[in-house]
Formats: sequence, structure tokens, C-alpha cells
Amino acid sequence: MKLSLRIWRQSDAQAQGKMVSYEIDEVSEDASFLEMLDVLNERLISEGEDPVAFDHDCREGICGACSLVIDGQPHGPQAATTTCQLHMRKFKDGDSIDIEPWRAGAFPVIKDLVVDRSAFDRIIQAGGYISAPTGTAPDAHAVPIPKQDADAAFSAAACIGCGACVAACPNGSGMLFMGAKVTHLGLMPQGQPERHTRVLGMVAAHDEAGFGGCTNTGECAAACPKEIGLDVIGKLNRDFRKAAIRAA
Amino acid sequence: MAVSGILLVLFLVAHMAGNLHVFEGRASMNEYAHGLRTFGEPLLPHESLLWVLRIGLIAAAAVHIWTAVVLTRRALAARPVRYASKKPAKGESRHAAATMRWGAAVVFLFIIWHLLDLTFRTVNPVKDVPDAYGAVVATFSPERWPVTVFYLLALLALFFHLRHGIWSAVQTIAGPNSKWRKRTQAIGLAVALIVVLGFAIVPLSVTFGLVK
Ligand code: HEM
Ligand code: SF4
Ligand code: FES
Repeated sequence: MKLSLRIWRQSDAQAQGKMVSYEIDEVSEDASFLEMLDVLNERLISEGEDPVAFDHDCREGICGACSLVIDGQPHGPQAATTTCQLHMRKFKDGDSIDIEPWRAGAFPVIKDLVVDRSAFDRIIQAGGYISAPTGTAPDAHAVPIPKQDADAAFSAAACIGCGACVAACPNGSGMLFMGAKVTHLGLMPQGQPERHTRVLGMVAAHDEAGFGGCTNTGECAAACPKEIGLDVIGKLNRDFRKAAIRAA
Repeated sequence: MAVSGILLVLFLVAHMAGNLHVFEGRASMNEYAHGLRTFGEPLLPHESLLWVLRIGLIAAAAVHIWTAVVLTRRALAARPVRYASKKPAKGESRHAAATMRWGAAVVFLFIIWHLLDLTFRTVNPVKDVPDAYGAVVATFSPERWPVTVFYLLALLALFFHLRHGIWSAVQTIAGPNSKWRKRTQAIGLAVALIVVLGFAIVPLSVTFGLVK
């Protein structure tokens, strides 16, 4: 298939970027979206041009590195799918496709389609951990956990930290990501000692990094490749209220 | 934002219900308006209740507007660059981003007009304050149809504002689970419909001659 691409090109963090058009032919329907970009980049390199920089690592939907806004939608048109798992059969011959980086003040562009997501790392450092004794791992059934909680924690733990929620949010808020972490750790007995400091620390780091405030539009959950739902934001709000009252 | 919003919703529900006195005729409506002013007399001074309500309302509205400005400014700073490609919103409250902020501006302008119209009577033909009924009938009279149209447009903006605002406030304050979130969204929609239709029926009835 033949495609017209418009891709955000920006040579470095300080440069003024712009959308640049590329025509690409003979794209296989079985290629993934990133493989399509690989083909384009091989051509650009052979023509002596600078290839398009984009983030990727596992290419199997589990690492959270890939991060493209495709036709205005983080991770593209297919629900519950990362960019790397999106295939060209989702598009038609002759389509024009816009490719942009995540847009958020807290995720500055480094080059082309690559953004700096270390603001998420700072949120994790501020509370996304548990204290656990080292040594031999305890038996899996040593600490009983209700099935319901285990399932809910597991669903929340599916968050790969990609940042699509922030990219989709009209307020540039990172609440879904934080909610996923607070839910995942807060439902486990191992997560209880830091439960209150976790939520206060994460929210402070989130605001400090320049993410916006949540207005519950729900765009984050609609964009999330791991189908994290708005209930985690509810849980985050509940934990925050309790922790703030306790701290006061 | 959420707490002040809920207070304003409570006011709207009470105000909407109070307005329905119009359908009981001039005497009943004016008695209700009079009752609001003389409540607690002679134990309490004239208009005590009204002023408690007014001060509460002004405080709630001020907090609501202030927090809205703070949130909007944060959002603008957090999303400094727009996407070149736009897709329609597809979140659970997909109308919110498009309607909350401009809708609030419309409702704000409406309230200013509304105070000049029915509270201070500056732009109302009936200056006699105790005659609330007369003022309502005069302002929505058929030849003043643009006033009615403006009221209805403001109510449409209010509908979208409440439909999102109510469940959003509950999400912030209480943080319900998925099942209760869906229920809250349904309740928000129902309250928004009841409030807006309850308000709309008054100007419509006057304009179409059912109340005169
Ligand atoms: C469209 C139907 C409506 C009618 C017929 C109506 C009627 C009235 C009347 C007669 C008064 C004066 C009461 C008095 O001082 O005796 C009043 C006051 C007021 N209304 Fe409305 N109203 C309507 C909708 C609304 C809406 C949608 C809002 C808010 C968004 C609103 C906000 C207010 C406020 C803030 C006051 C001033 C309260 C005070 O005097 O302390 N009204 N309204
Ligand atoms: S919540 Fe979803 S969209 Fe947000 S970082 Fe986690 S996986 Fe990505
Ligand atoms: S490259 Fe790892 S999730 Fe897409």
C-alpha cells in the first residue's frame, strides 16, 4: 500500500519543529507501524537524510517505550493497543497519516517523536515502591490476599508507564498513571506501610513536574493501551483525601 | 471546585423548585418571595435568610470561579503545544472539554443579566420588588422573545455543565468504584435534566401564554 505521512520533525529540544510530508510506497499490510517507520528510515538514511527518531524497545506491547500520536490519537486508532502492536492493515491504501510526539509540558520533546518522560520516574521515586525484606522470597501463599483484590491490583499493575494518558488528556494530567500505581500497590498488604506517604508524595511530584489538574474528561482511559479505567482515579482521590486528613 | 459546585447545585435545585410557585398564581408566588425575605421575623432581622443564602452563594461562586481559573491556567501550562491532527474526544465525559469552560462563561453572563432582570429589576419593566410574579411575566412576555431565547440558551449551557459537573464532583470527593461511577453519571444526567427542564418550563409557559 501507498501512504502519505506527515511527521513532526524537530532536530533537538531547542529547535522549532514542524510537520514534514513523506510519501511511502509498497508498505506491507502485515508490517507493524514501527516497521513501516523502519522502512522509511532506511530510505532516508540511503538518501543521506536524518532518520526519524522515535522511541521503541520491546515491540511486543509490554515496555511502554513506544509513544506516537497517530492521527491525533496516542497509540493510534486501535483500542487497547500500543503503537508497536498496531499493524498497517488498520490503514487503507492511499491514507494520509499524521504522526506527532506526546504533547505535554512535563514531557518535553528531545528530538522528532522522542519525548523525555523522566517526570514519570520522579513520580515513581516519590512513592511508587514498597519496603520489602531482602533474602529468600516468601512462599506465594504465605500472605493470603482476597481474589478480588489480587485481580484488581493485577489489572492496575498492567500499566506500562507509557504516558499515553497524559498525551490524550486535554489538561495534560498524569492522574491515570498515578491512579494505576496507587491502586496496584495500595490493594496489596505489602503496599500498606507507605500507603499514605505514597499518595501524598506522588501527587506532589506530579504537580511539581508541571502536569495539569484532572477534570474527569476520561480521555486518558480511552487512550490507555492497557485499559486502565477511571476507577483508579477514584481510588487515588479516596486515598489522597484520607492521607491529607491524616497528615493535617 | 467540587465542593463549591455541589453547593451551587443545591441552590439550583431549591431555586428551580421555588420558581414553580409561578404556576400557583400571583398570590402564591409573591407570598413565597415575601416569605424568603421575612423568614424568621420578628426574631431575626428582615431578609436574614435571604442574606445568609446570598453570602453563601457568593462565597461558593467565588471559590468555584477561582478554582476553575487555577485549573484552566494549569491546563494551559501543561499542554503548551497543540496537536496538528485533531480527533473527536472519545472519553466517558467527551463533551466536557468542549463545553465546561465556554458554557461557564455563558452561565456567568446569564447570571449577571438575571440579577439585573429579576433581583435588581434594572432591565425589568416591573420595578415593584414584592411583585416577583409580575416581573417574571413581564420579562418573558411574547414581545420580549429574545430574553426567553437567551434564557433557554443559557439553560442548554447549564445542562452540559451540570451533566459533567455533578459526576465529576462525586468522582473527586468520593472516588466511587466502576459500578458507582456509572450510577453517578446517570444521576448527574437525571439531575441536570430535571433542573434545566424545571427552569425552562417557566419562561416557556409565560411566552406561550399559559401563565399571565
Ligand atoms: C430560567 C428560569 C429562571 C427563572 C424564572 C428565575 C427566576 C428568578 C427570580 C424571580 C429571582 C428573584 C427572586 C427574588 O429576589 O425574589 C431569581 C434570583 C436568582 N436566580 Fe434565577 N431564575 C431562573 C434560572 C436561574 C438559573 C439557571 C440560575 C443560575 C445559574 C439562577 C440564579 C439566580 C440567582 C443567583 C439569583 C439571585 C438570588 C438572590 O437574589 O439572592 N436563576 N431568579
Ligand atoms: S495508565 Fe495506561 S496510558 Fe497511562 S501510562 Fe499507564 S499504560 Fe500508559
Ligand atoms: S515498544 Fe514496548 S510497548 Fe511498544
